[in-house]
This record gives sequence, C-alpha cells and structure tokens, in this order.
Amino acid sequence: MKRIKFETIVDHSILILGSLIMILPVVMLLQMASTTDLETMRNGPGLVFGDQIPINFEKAMFEASGFSGENTGLSMLYNSLILGFGFAIGKIVIGMMAAYAIVYFRLKFATMAFWIIFTTLLLPLEVRILPSYEIVQKLGMLNTYQGLIIPLIASATATFFFRQFFRSVPEELIEAARIDGAGPIKFFIDILVPLSRTMIAAMFIIMFVYGWNQYLWPTMITTDEGMFTLVRGIKQITQTLEGTNLPEYGKSNILQIIAILPPVLIVIFFQSWFVKGLTESDK
Amino acid sequence: MAQVTLNALRKVYPNGFEAVKPASFTIEEGEFVVLVGPSGCGKSTMLRMIAGLEEITEGDLHIGDRVVNTVDPADRDIAMVFQNYALYPHMTVRKNIGYGLKNRKIAKDVINQKVEEAANLLNLNDYLDRKPSQLSGGQRQRVAMGRAIVRDPSLFLFDEPLSNLDAKLRNQMRIEIKALQRRLGVTSVYVTHDQVEAMTMADRIIVMNGGEIEQIGTPSEVYHSPASTFVASFMGAPPMNLLDVSRENGAVMVGGQQVAEFTGSGSVTLGVRPEDILPDANGSFEINVTLIEELGAHRILHAVWAGQPIMISVTKDVAAETGPLRVAIKPDALKYFDPQTGRRL
Repeated sequence: MKRIKFETIVDHSILILGSLIMILPVVMLLQMASTTDLETMRNGPGLVFGDQIPINFEKAMFEASGFSGENTGLSMLYNSLILGFGFAIGKIVIGMMAAYAIVYFRLKFATMAFWIIFTTLLLPLEVRILPSYEIVQKLGMLNTYQGLIIPLIASATATFFFRQFFRSVPEELIEAARIDGAGPIKFFIDILVPLSRTMIAAMFIIMFVYGWNQYLWPTMITTDEGMFTLVRGIKQITQTLEGTNLPEYGKSNILQIIAILPPVLIVIFFQSWFVKGLTESDK
Repeated sequence: MAQVTLNALRKVYPNGFEAVKPASFTIEEGEFVVLVGPSGCGKSTMLRMIAGLEEITEGDLHIGDRVVNTVDPADRDIAMVFQNYALYPHMTVRKNIGYGLKNRKIAKDVINQKVEEAANLLNLNDYLDRKPSQLSGGQRQRVAMGRAIVRDPSLFLFDEPLSNLDAKLRNQMRIEIKALQRRLGVTSVYVTHDQVEAMTMADRIIVMNGGEIEQIGTPSEVYHSPASTFVASFMGAPPMNLLDVSRENGAVMVGGQQVAEFTGSGSVTLGVRPEDILPDANGSFEINVTLIEELGAHRILHAVWAGQPIMISVTKDVAAETGPLRVAIKPDALKYFDPQTGRRL
C-alpha cells in the first residue's frame, strides 16, 4: 500500500509540474494584463495582481491600433474565427467528398489519385508559398477571406482519415442502402455523414486549431489591417508601439489570452468526441 | 409476389474466377427456396445477382414478367435481409424500417402507418424509438425483417440471416421467418450453409457446390434421394454413409458378403443413411462398434464395417455398447453412386 501511495505522489508531482509549466506563462500574461503598462515596464512580471483587466480588456477589444485604425481586437477576433471555421469546415467538406469518391466509386485511377493527394503532405504551405501567393494575387484575392482560406483548403490529412474511416464502414450497409433506393448523394448525406460525426468532430478540432494558428499565410495575404487575424495582429501591436511611447503591454497580453481561448474552448468542448473519433467506431 | 426465372445465369469475376456456372431454374410464386452449400460454393453470389448487387456476366434473370439484368436493386421490387443485419446505426428502429419508403417519396403518415403495422407483426412496438445498438441480436434481426416487409416486395432475399444468432434464438427465428413468409406469401430466396435451416424452412432446396447446382428438390427428395455423393454427405447430420464397394456379376459385395443386387460390375459407391441401418440380432451383417455418441433422443454409433468407417443412428430405446453388433439394412435404402463422377447411378 505504502509503495503505491509513493508512486501516486510521484506521478501526480510530475503531472502537476507539467501543468504548471504550461499554465504559468498564461498566468504571467494575466498578471501583466492586470497592472498598468508603466508598472509592467518598471517591475516586469510580478506576483501581485492589479485591477486593470477591465480597462485593458476594453482597450484590447475596441481600441484600434496600427495606422488605419481598422484592426481592433474585435475585428481581429472576427477574422480569426472566420479563418478557423472556414478552414475547418472547408477541409472537412472537401476531405470527405474526396474520400467518398476514392473509396466508393470505381474510378480507374482512384488509388493513384489518393496517393497523389497523400504526397501533398510532403509539400506544406512553406514549400509552395510563392506560387500560391502568385495565384492568389492574380485571382485578385489578396486581402479577402477567400484568399485566406481557399488556397489552404485541400487537406491530405482529412482525406486520409476519412478514407480510412469509410473503408471500415461495412459493405452490407451500402448494399442495404442501395436496395432501399438511396442514390450516391442520399447515401452520403443520410448515412455516411451521420456515421462519421465523431470523425468530423475530431477533424474539426485539428483543422480549427490549425487554421486559427496560421501565421505565415495571413501575413503574406493580408496587408489591409482590417483583415488581420489575432495571431498576425498581436505582433503588429507591440511592434508599432515600441518607440518613444510605452509599449501597450496590458492590451497585447489580453489579446494573447483571447487568442489562446477559442482553440482551448473547442478542444474542451469536443474532447470526448475527439477521442472517440480517432479511436473507436460505433458501427 | 412474382415468379423468378434464371436462365443460364453465370458469374465470372474480373480475375477469371467462375463463381457461378450457368444456372437455370424457376422459383414459383410464393415459394420458399433455400440455396445451400459450403462456403465459397457460389450461393451468395447467386443471391446477390438476383438482388442486383452483383453484375450478371451472362444469362437472363426474370422477376415477374420483367428481365431485370440491368435494373437497379432499388427498382427490382425486392427486399433483402443481410447476415449482419446492416441496420443504419444512427437511425432509430422507426427510421430504419421507414428509410426505403422515405426514399420512394411516400407520404409521411403512410410510412408511419406501414412501420407501425410491420412493428406489430414483429413485436417491435416497444422498440420503435430505440437505436439498433440498444437492441439484442434477435430484435435487430426482426428490425431487418421489418425493413424488408414494409416495402411490400415481390421477392424476399435472405443472406444467411440467422448465422449471427445463438443456437436457441436461431431455432426460434427460423420458425418466425418461415411463419411470416407463409402468412405474407412472398416468394423468397434464402441462402444458408446450415443444412438444418435448409431442410426445415424450404419448399425446395437448391444444393450448390463449386459454383454448380448439384440438385434441386424438396427437402425430402434431397434427403432421401440425393443426386450425388456431395449432396448425400452435405445434407443430414450425421451424413449418409458412403462406402467403396465392388460389384461382381450384379451383386454388391461388402467384405466378401453380398449386400444387394445392382446391375453392372466394377467398383461403386454405396450410400446408406445412418438411420436405415438397424441393429438386429438376426441381421445378416456384422459391424464392430468403436464409439458411441449420446445425443439424448438418439445415439450415434461409430463403427467399422469390413474395414470402412460407418455411422448408425439408433433411438434411445436401443441398448448400445461397443463391440461386434449384428445389423440389418433396409433394402430400399441403398443408393448407388458413380465413384468417379459422384453422380447417382
């Protein structure tokens, strides 16, 4: 008994230590956001929380920064949400449809098509960023949501996961649906989509966080401050305000916390689905 | 209800494997036909060709007065019950049963009424709003039946529907399916590898082996007068005894003793059902019992007769012990097969 107890203590200590390492920077952010910028400048991160959070929060959300005055925290949050959702939903829809075509239709080159899609995993955005930029620019999609989302919307990962999932759906189910008079589109919408809901949830989390955290692409595509996303915009704030003025620590710290929150909330909300989607299949 | 006619129906897979050799037969209106055979004999392929799930390589398939070779499964006016039930896991029982009707754009209240009727017939009323995962195996099978019934098809197809159930439930469902088919009077084709199911349910049995039809006949015809050694050994538990014997001038000899008279000479395969060999103190043959299987209502004696293994089935009233036993054979129970082709002589 004693030994088990000792091990439990060790286990928990490790877990607590790990959590602290992850959480402490966030607490520091919160602390620095709760004091005035002057105090932060003078003392750096401290242990005492101030009362500036509401003020800083208001500044972060509604006060414009930059030259044009268009990128308030609210507009950046809005842009980030559009990017995140557009990314996740687009990737899921396209991934599912691609996987559907590959798995269920007797296409001559289905396997080859799949492997071609799969090899694009070896070509991440960074590798093809110049041609991608050129295409978007020529299509006149700079500084648009389409320009932010569409070039990144095809997903080998999502296609792969949905392909694996569809292949595990029993053949008899498809045959039963055929006899029940469900055509390809009906089968997809009535049977396959509801069956894949845990998989969709899992993909949604991964893709939302991925889209939300995009930095390089938005930096390339958006020059209009009204189109900035949170991840891209925060850097802008601290940069432009360094100079003779005090950097707005409180404001940018609050923005950083806001930038962390949605992915965290989505993961917490979808957590059980996430595990289900990637591990078990309810068939 | 419809008559189903297969005219030289053949299936060759793209890899060249001939799963079903040209098969022709007619299923009468309201008839319950069972396709039976070991796994890989082509019975499922045959059923799936009738269902339209498998393309027909050659031949014609008529359902009713239509040739349906290229007709979509949904338009063949058939319903199919699958081995693994193939229920839609995310739909309630009600929606599962009604899905086919919904796709036919039938009015909601009509669907509801039909689903309720089917549920009544199958004792599923209390489960209509449950999901398949909340049902037992037998109930799931009933839902699958319900899904077939609501469509009022002219042909039922069953693909080993009972093989996932435990033995007790299987017996019960067997009777239920049979009774239901009688009541609805729908032409049915039932695939199974279980010869007991075939015997008990069928109006006519089609025994298949290696992609070929071995015999078509009523259960009693198939059992009592098998067309080949394959049918003889496949149907019946324990199977028919098959002995390699010789003929001398029209006399069939076993161990130097004449058993019966049969024209011709040379070797022949002699078939006799285990229950047609009777222990008889005045019997003319002597066998050596080596093992007794106790089955309650009857016993199976494993014995050796002139060097060849043989099984005898006796009722519980007959005392049995290992050692020499004198037996008599019902003279009309003997069947003869060609030892080369296995066909009945």
